[in-house]
Amino acid sequence: MADTALSAPPRSPLAHDAHRLAAATRASRGAIRLAELPFLAQVNVRLDAKGGAADAVGLALGLQLPLEPNTVVRTGELTAVWLGPDEWLVVGAPGSQAAVEARIREAAGDEHVSVTDVSAQRTTLLVAGPRARDLLAHGCSLDLHPRVFGAGRCAQTTLARTQVVLVARDQPRAGFWVLVRSSFAGYLTDWLLDAATEYLA
Amino acid sequence: MLLIPCPWCGPRDESEYHYGGQAHIPYPDDPSALTDEEWARYLFFRDNPKGPFAERWNHTAGCRRWFNAVRDTSTNEILTVYRVGEERPATAERGGLYSARPAFEDEALSGPIGGLGAEPPARTRTRTNTRTLTFTFDGAEYQGREGDTLASALLANGVIQAATSIKLGRPRGIFSAGAEEPNAVIQIEEPFPEPMLPATTVELYDGLVATSLPGQGRLATEPDPARYDAVHDHCDVLIVGAGPAGLAAAAAAARSGARVILADDQPELGGSLLGTGELPTWVSETTRLLTTSPDIRVLHRTTVFGYYDDNHLLAVERRTNHLGAAAPPNVARERVHRIRARRVVLATGAHERSLAFADNDRPGVMLAHSARTYANRYGVLPGRRAVVFTTNDSAYAAALDLAAAGVEIAAIVDTRDDAGEWAERARTAGIEVLPGHAVTGTDGDTRLTSVTVSTYGRTEKQREFTADLLLVSGGWNPVAHLFSQAGGRLRHDETLGTFVPDSCRQAVEVAGSASGVLDLAGVLAQGAAAGVRALEAEGYAAQAPALPAVPAQPRPTPPMQVFTVPGREGAPRFVDLQRDVTVDDLTRATAAGMRSVEHTKRYTTAGTANDQGKTSGVLASGVVAELLGVDISALGTTTFRPPYVPVSFAALAGRDRGGLSDPVRTTALHAWHVTHGALFENVGQWKRPWYYPQDGEDMESAVLRECAAAREGVAFMDASTLGKIDVQGPDAALFLDRLYTNMISTLKTGMIRYGVMCRPDGMVFDDGTVMRLAQDRFLVTTTTGNAAAVLDWMEEWLQTEWPELRVHCTSVTEQWATVALVGPKSRAVLGSLAPQLAVANEDFPFMAWRETTVAGLDARVCRISFSGELAYEINVSPWEALALWEALCEAGAPYGITPYGTETMHVLRAEKGYPIVGQDTDGTVTPQDLGMSWAVSKKKPDFIGKRSYARADTARPDRKHLVGLLTEEPGTFLPEGTHLVADSVLPAPPVPMLGHVTSSYRSAALGRTFALALVKGGRDRIGERLYAPVGGRLVPVTVASPVLYDPEGAHRDG
Repeated sequence: MADTALSAPPRSPLAHDAHRLAAATRASRGAIRLAELPFLAQVNVRLDAKGGAADAVGLALGLQLPLEPNTVVRTGELTAVWLGPDEWLVVGAPGSQAAVEARIREAAGDEHVSVTDVSAQRTTLLVAGPRARDLLAHGCSLDLHPRVFGAGRCAQTTLARTQVVLVARDQPRAGFWVLVRSSFAGYLTDWLLDAATEYLA
Repeated sequence: MLLIPCPWCGPRDESEYHYGGQAHIPYPDDPSALTDEEWARYLFFRDNPKGPFAERWNHTAGCRRWFNAVRDTSTNEILTVYRVGEERPATAERGGLYSARPAFEDEALSGPIGGLGAEPPARTRTRTNTRTLTFTFDGAEYQGREGDTLASALLANGVIQAATSIKLGRPRGIFSAGAEEPNAVIQIEEPFPEPMLPATTVELYDGLVATSLPGQGRLATEPDPARYDAVHDHCDVLIVGAGPAGLAAAAAAARSGARVILADDQPELGGSLLGTGELPTWVSETTRLLTTSPDIRVLHRTTVFGYYDDNHLLAVERRTNHLGAAAPPNVARERVHRIRARRVVLATGAHERSLAFADNDRPGVMLAHSARTYANRYGVLPGRRAVVFTTNDSAYAAALDLAAAGVEIAAIVDTRDDAGEWAERARTAGIEVLPGHAVTGTDGDTRLTSVTVSTYGRTEKQREFTADLLLVSGGWNPVAHLFSQAGGRLRHDETLGTFVPDSCRQAVEVAGSASGVLDLAGVLAQGAAAGVRALEAEGYAAQAPALPAVPAQPRPTPPMQVFTVPGREGAPRFVDLQRDVTVDDLTRATAAGMRSVEHTKRYTTAGTANDQGKTSGVLASGVVAELLGVDISALGTTTFRPPYVPVSFAALAGRDRGGLSDPVRTTALHAWHVTHGALFENVGQWKRPWYYPQDGEDMESAVLRECAAAREGVAFMDASTLGKIDVQGPDAALFLDRLYTNMISTLKTGMIRYGVMCRPDGMVFDDGTVMRLAQDRFLVTTTTGNAAAVLDWMEEWLQTEWPELRVHCTSVTEQWATVALVGPKSRAVLGSLAPQLAVANEDFPFMAWRETTVAGLDARVCRISFSGELAYEINVSPWEALALWEALCEAGAPYGITPYGTETMHVLRAEKGYPIVGQDTDGTVTPQDLGMSWAVSKKKPDFIGKRSYARADTARPDRKHLVGLLTEEPGTFLPEGTHLVADSVLPAPPVPMLGHVTSSYRSAALGRTFALALVKGGRDRIGERLYAPVGGRLVPVTVASPVLYDPEGAHRDG
């Protein structure tokens, strides 16, 4: 019995919906791109931004934890997302969460730092394409204009009355990451696909 | 929607925040040292000032930080925000007032004047190259042209009557050419039924079928197949209205780089210029300029209908209505724009006002400027022979245009004794002008046939004109609706004889005739200046646009303020056409003692129809002022409220309907539950399996079967929805000791404790388990519906009261999927899947947890029971939840493993007397009331709620206790919420209530029904007989212990 379980691959929250997202992407003829980026490593980090641990953790991760509210810092495969004055979400490649957590704990030493693996807490939706901003504007009250919410910006807000973390990706064309609590992901997908109706051929 | 600035995240909609009450009320250092009165003061008393008030807010949907804000409670303005721990800064009043017309005196307001002025445009039915459209009205088929409204197309076909009035059934004709229309409110029948639309705002399309209405429409009986949606928009400057002022303001913004939205309710830009036929080249050039400026968005067919806090405006865009059956199904028919503008320029124009004269409602009576619009814009002559009745200059231009277009103007009747240069101009054109005269009556049935004229102020007939059109102008009302909704104050302008915008707390300016400027050159200059000012205020370099030369106009003569005109005895003089309210009705209202227009409005219904009194509001105020013998300036107007035009509920609901009406949360196992026939229960936003009926089973038998499996064999449930919070830090144990009523710090790593959380008033707030993961790390569970509230609660105490504690809390609700495995056979099932786990009772005792592998998956297994049976909770990654669930299915099959839902869970826990917070409690229940004194620490120096247990109120012997209830008849079922009384005969009211049923079930284990109830002094009544009124009879019940199943706990260890 254990064998059957072992052989089953992990299932992401939107595994059921991948084909619908792909179909909408195709039907939009380049206007929007929707996909789940499953299993990204996500580690929640809490520490005193003014304390010594901030620098040590930054050094260990190879990136400075962003101090400016609602910004992200990226290096290589890691992205540090500002969540609060003492809270960050470090996002990395699938499977790297244990390593990231270990690096942070080691760097922090005896300092009071909280590290929590939250990789399954949220999943990530990619919302990209020339109409991505219009699509999100149906349910997000933030101004996502590139002048206001350009590359390197992030925000915790609500999209379709669901709490999300929005991240503007580096290239303007690259669109947004929408990090959503896994339990809301199915609903948000339904909502996005319905909102996209107008952009589909 | 307020825009509240988070000290970290910046301005966000108020919906992202939670209110936290008055700030700077610190938790007392030593609550036990306080008197009851001092403690009550801390708990229950808060200031309630009018004016600045320091309060706590939490940016719940953002950074989760608590902060302080000073809000003016009389205006809702946030005066300042500051971080917790910072001193309250001094606050001045914000911003102060914005004048609706700043620096007005500096602007050139008039174009060239004197002489005869420009020739009127000579054209009728100029749109010859447009498409012909076929439509049906009241069963007859007609042709119209592309660009027509239903009203203009009807007029072009000689149809002017479009309704009968709501109360009196009088024939009513098209009265205006815009959103102010009171009469021609029609029903669209096809392609989709839609009631109560002004024919003047319905764009004509091929195949339109409409009918006239007797003042009331019919709702569709079939579902609306169209899409409706909403978007959020942001801009530096929102310009409302694309008439001369709005276009000039927008032209100033072109190429400035500022983000501008220009919203206009018409399909083409130009506003009143389309009706006057003036400056067509400038309109088309400006349109081209705006549509090619990348940062300017022009929203056509878009009516801004609501103006709310912090420059938040709502608009409805009619996107496909004008396409009729050709509308693409995937495009929203209407879209609500939620616009957040840094500054607003209102260029909403003015509505012409009517006059209250005898029989002023016959089809053929029309506002003068509207008739001009039909001629110039639509190329339609609304009649052949017209009398013009005016109190001001503007109707002369209308008369001249109509005469040039081919309408015979029988006479211009002007109440003013000297009508000045405009009268000369009309006479030159061969039109008779009767100064100092008024219309005193009309004749005609379904259409006007003649007009009676007398010396102004007299009623005996002097002249009678044959006419099929009577054009009326009683002056102009600036469209101040949005300005007024914004909180702007209006003032009475003596010269204009009407109410104009004065000042507002919001960043808004009013330009053009909306501010009372009526001459075109002045309107253009003011619009351009308003645009420049708005841009400069937002830091953009703005350049005043080149404005077109305006042809010379005759020298103006001041208007005369007239509201009522005496006329033929007994003839009704209508004030509100849509509500059939006359001068006589208003007279009755004032005679009955009404002294305010708000009162006369409600007494007579004047202004309450779906036109919201656009043409009648100021007229009604004027009539009431005359009746009361006061000046209209002392009376004011009635309050303007959104929406400015009727907006359909479908548009307001948008996509928030059906499956998208509210967010839905599902677990990683949801698809399995669906496939296996589960019915679902909503718990908060979660969909939880309720029960799993098998072939033909009803709920009762399904739940009895599931309960029996859990008590006798093995059953399993998806418990992933429980809230989970990771609490880390050297002070975590101390923190939890303060938060829970019981002791947490003594918990050993590897063990679990049940805990109760209370509010400072001592009432139960939440309960759950606390696992100690490590010396400085705990995992706390919460009830399903309360997870977010508990995390917010923890953050509130950490951030505002105990910032010195080194603790962090992180939600991990979805990080884990949880399966409850319950029943005497659960150990065998778990043992078969977890070979490395020593499952024997002595190795793995109750309230312990172990890390191991279950079915080859990394798992954290807890020995927790919410049923009284031997039970486990297995936590794995939700990515692997299905694998675990299916492995349990397979391993449990030999024991008949049965999935169960929330109903069975409730029965099992209720049989054991375990309360559900929020079902068996309601915010007035202490742990002691629940019989949980054992969970309230006597040793801890303090915890939240402790001081309240020393209050006399929490020690009253007649507090309601949680008890069991057994009906005398074992089959009788007590509905939840049933009240309980002492006697078998109801005494005369008020009947003393002893309590109520909080939970009620049928029990497989007990073989009968049972209930839990909160009963006054319940624990002292065990064995007592009470009565429950159910369906008209008093059901005898016996009070029992809440623990009805296995009171000795023999089943816990299997």
